Amino acid sequence: MKAYLTRGNVRWTRAVAAGVGAALLVLTVGCAPGVGTTETTAPASPRASVNIDPASMGNVTLTIWDQEVRGGQNDEITELNAQFQAKYPNIKLDRHAQSFEDLQKTGRLVLTGPDAPDVIEANNSRSQMGAFVTAGQLVSLDPYAEAYGWKDRFPQSVLKLSSYSTDGKAFGSGSLFGLPQVGEVVGFYYNKAKLAKLGLSVPQTWADLEQQLKTIKAAGETPLVLGNLEKWPAIHVFGPLQGAHTPADEITNLALGNPGGDWTDQTNVATATELQDWVKAGYFNSDVNGAAYDDVVAKFGKGTGVYFLGGSWNTPTVEAALKGDVGFIAPPPVEASAGPSTTGGTSLPFAVTSASKNPDAAAAYINFITSDDAMKVIAAKGNLPALHASELAPASGVGKEVYAAYELVTTKGHLLPYLDYATPTFSDTLGAALQDLIAAKKTPAEFGAALQKDYGDFIKG
Amino acid sequence: MATSSRAEPRPSRLARQRRASREGRSAATPYLYIAPAFLLYAAFLLFPLVRAAQFSLYAWDTVSAAKFVGFGNYVKMFNDPDLLGSFGHSAILILFYAVLPICLGLVVAAILNRAQVRGLGFFRTVIFLPQVIAMVVVAVAWTRLYSTDGSINAILRILGLGDLARAWLGDYTFALPAVGLIGTWVETGLVTILLLAGMGRTPRDLYEAARLDGAGPVAEFFAITLPAVRGEIVVAATLTIVAALKNFDVIYMTTRGGPGTSTAVPSYQVYNQAFGLGQVGMATTIGVTLALLIFGINLVLNRLGDRAVED
Repeated sequence: MKAYLTRGNVRWTRAVAAGVGAALLVLTVGCAPGVGTTETTAPASPRASVNIDPASMGNVTLTIWDQEVRGGQNDEITELNAQFQAKYPNIKLDRHAQSFEDLQKTGRLVLTGPDAPDVIEANNSRSQMGAFVTAGQLVSLDPYAEAYGWKDRFPQSVLKLSSYSTDGKAFGSGSLFGLPQVGEVVGFYYNKAKLAKLGLSVPQTWADLEQQLKTIKAAGETPLVLGNLEKWPAIHVFGPLQGAHTPADEITNLALGNPGGDWTDQTNVATATELQDWVKAGYFNSDVNGAAYDDVVAKFGKGTGVYFLGGSWNTPTVEAALKGDVGFIAPPPVEASAGPSTTGGTSLPFAVTSASKNPDAAAAYINFITSDDAMKVIAAKGNLPALHASELAPASGVGKEVYAAYELVTTKGHLLPYLDYATPTFSDTLGAALQDLIAAKKTPAEFGAALQKDYGDFIKG
Repeated sequence: MATSSRAEPRPSRLARQRRASREGRSAATPYLYIAPAFLLYAAFLLFPLVRAAQFSLYAWDTVSAAKFVGFGNYVKMFNDPDLLGSFGHSAILILFYAVLPICLGLVVAAILNRAQVRGLGFFRTVIFLPQVIAMVVVAVAWTRLYSTDGSINAILRILGLGDLARAWLGDYTFALPAVGLIGTWVETGLVTILLLAGMGRTPRDLYEAARLDGAGPVAEFFAITLPAVRGEIVVAATLTIVAALKNFDVIYMTTRGGPGTSTAVPSYQVYNQAFGLGQVGMATTIGVTLALLIFGINLVLNRLGDRAVED
């Protein structure tokens, strides 16, 4: 046995030695990651003249990667693609649709590969659009914005969220890199029957809301429901609360990862304190961190809880379950006369890649699917259009209230960017810190310090 | 096996060489035989491994050019309490994935082996069943069991222990053990079947002899069964410890590392750093460290195993 093993070992050792030798050879031949596979070209300088007549572009195939796979979104984009195809038969559309999660993961890889698409939906965040801009993989749309008049079409507050400086350092200013189709707003869904039974009406101010939560709890109902097993849902609860405490300018700086904010200041700590107090007072269901988001939305649909603080994309689900018994309001402002401030924004912007051989055609496509006519199609298929929400609102139902809330926030109040845009790691940091805060594993001050570290380190570069 | 290989007459080295040259074979021949397999192995295993080790020396976000940082990622990892903590979580998972299943498996296998139950095949199938089910399915099922209105809390309430009911996967103290118990449930079957095979090979007359000497079931277990299956225990330990350290699917499906970071494990961090945060350098750093750790543990276990077989 011993002898046998030893001889085997010698042979094995030789094989390993050979392997290591081969591997080392590979290592010396192999190049550094990213180099050679990435075109690290500087962002192409904006072209002097652009072609905005798609019919004159010859026979072109556009590859598009989008994440519009859910019901109404898929219907909307399918319809618009068919219309585009009918109008410009010379431009062939090759659509690759995948879920949001998948696109977040594969987007980074496909952009650097040989099969990069012409058009891609890139999340506004620093970890996606910011990284792509820094690497010079997206085309500045400024000349097209000029030619097509996009700056008149979209409000500055929306354009800002897909604007970066060409080096990717500043977010919210500089060049335009994408356009979105759909609007999103976080607000309170409420169970109309329950609110009426408790003798309450929709709160007009933040203080009203706080008082109502207390009343509802005393009456033995669950005032608020939240499923935060996935870590991100609490971000959409923290956002509106922060809107009631922290100035909108500061929140925007914090959310975009620009200098000028401080997570440890009094307003942000007050926000964290209020959220933790709500948990301690039993305003939420008892299993916030242990329940899955969709499960809790389903329970709300079956009549658990009075309020549910969530994004407008939940409308089809809750409306199907509660029918006419569900309403939606923007989070009430601190002063009754002021407009509401809440988290929201747009769906992922469509961007043109530097690898595209036909940026003119790609820009023409983006122009087409974000036009005023396109917004009608988007609304008709049950989505909240990024533009003209009030005109295109459905005649009745919770959808009408969602459109009205979006319009109110974008025109009178402040649509606050998603907080996880801030740094490449912020969704992780914030998600974990919120779970800690809710479970009282972190004090509001410690919560602020954890976020400040991530944000502060990023600002310093 | 040891005795047979020793008894086999082996030609001396000189004789072998002489015969080899007579037949026109060179010393390279054996390597040519292993070349096809080795090339495949090198292309799909060694090359990625070396590339991963190389990536771990760079700061790279997959879209921009990489920056060489030497061992910077490793220094950063060892100074990051969250990342280090995930290795600690793995150590706890080893208890649930390896130690507990081996203890349980020994008891169950000893009972099944001794009792000569009717329908042994049926029980073996039932015990092994968790191994056959895809881990994703297992994780989804257990997530329901652990939820606030899941079966586990329902049973607690029926027993009048409603105060203990909680959202198990959202609890800072219990999330990690809860995830660990899923592993125990899955791995116990594998371990039991391995041990049953080992026990089945133990000569029956040894047990008879022990019984004649007046040994009870417990003494019999420690004197005969346990030493007889030492080899199987090492194999079981190797498989289950590797499963514990590589655990990704269950964590991804049940807790995503939460609440907070209380169930984050290295494999999940590798995935999250690479695909969630786009920090490939740090991801490969964790991956390389994890691979070295698994390699080291297996080396120790195999040494122990060899000793057990030689005894």
